[in-house]
Amino acid sequence: MQEFKVNRIDKDDLSILKIGGFLDAHTAPNLEKAIQNLVDDGRYKIIVSFADLSYISSAGLGVFMGFIEQIRSHGGDIKMSNMTPKIYRVFDLLGFPTLYDIFDDEAEAYDKYWSTGEKEA
Amino acid sequence: MKSKSKQEYKLRIPSQTDNLELIRGFIGKVAEKVGFNEDEVGKIELACDEACTNVIKHAYTDKDTNKALDIVIKIDYQKFTVIVTDHGRGFDPKSIKMPDLNEYLAELKVGGLGIYLMRTLMDKVDYNIQPGVRNQVKMVKYFINKENADLVKSEKEV
Repeated sequence: MQEFKVNRIDKDDLSILKIGGFLDAHTAPNLEKAIQNLVDDGRYKIIVSFADLSYISSAGLGVFMGFIEQIRSHGGDIKMSNMTPKIYRVFDLLGFPTLYDIFDDEAEAYDKYWSTGEKEA
Repeated sequence: MKSKSKQEYKLRIPSQTDNLELIRGFIGKVAEKVGFNEDEVGKIELACDEACTNVIKHAYTDKDTNKALDIVIKIDYQKFTVIVTDHGRGFDPKSIKMPDLNEYLAELKVGGLGIYLMRTLMDKVDYNIQPGVRNQVKMVKYFINKENADLVKSEKEV
């Protein structure tokens, strides 16, 4: 069994969540908890790296939908990176690329926070 | 596409979300065996996950975690059919509207994407709801390639 994993790395005022394994209706509450912890800590500038994620269903997508409005209202965002083509296709199918900034790698997502002045020095 | 004779695969499993991975594995392996490519296998797995998730989350109440979910895969020369059956409360399929994606995205609503995905990923999705008796979701994916066309032809000649 390939468990769902989430590792959090805090850099300045940004937080990176590296997720891996399967994200389905069974594991989605784990991601929900990880994002809720960031919100509780007042950390709204988030990058989610999908590098090690091999599967996502609508239950996983729903987690991002559930938080994005609240996070953006606090001047933050959930930027996404490192999706495999398989994961990206699911996002694309649902039109999510128009809703979220999706980057090839974390560094690009990080730079985006800088370049748009979204990140405070 | 190797096996085109009529075949049936069955799985009866407790209706719990921690079995979704096992369910995807079962469906994915059979889809792979009959020759679907990686991309198609992924689509079939996702559609079936969504169907089973709906059943697990909605058909049974929380107390009914020992209830069974029946999954039957039927294969013939033309199509790959997955039938998910539960014996839970059931619902009125007419009450499920196809969500307007733009409206959905605009409103940032949570949920409701599962049925949209099922209908997008599979060629056909039908419901057979008999509340209190059984509720079924039937999903079909057609085999479409030259080899299949030849098989269809040869089957007709028999």
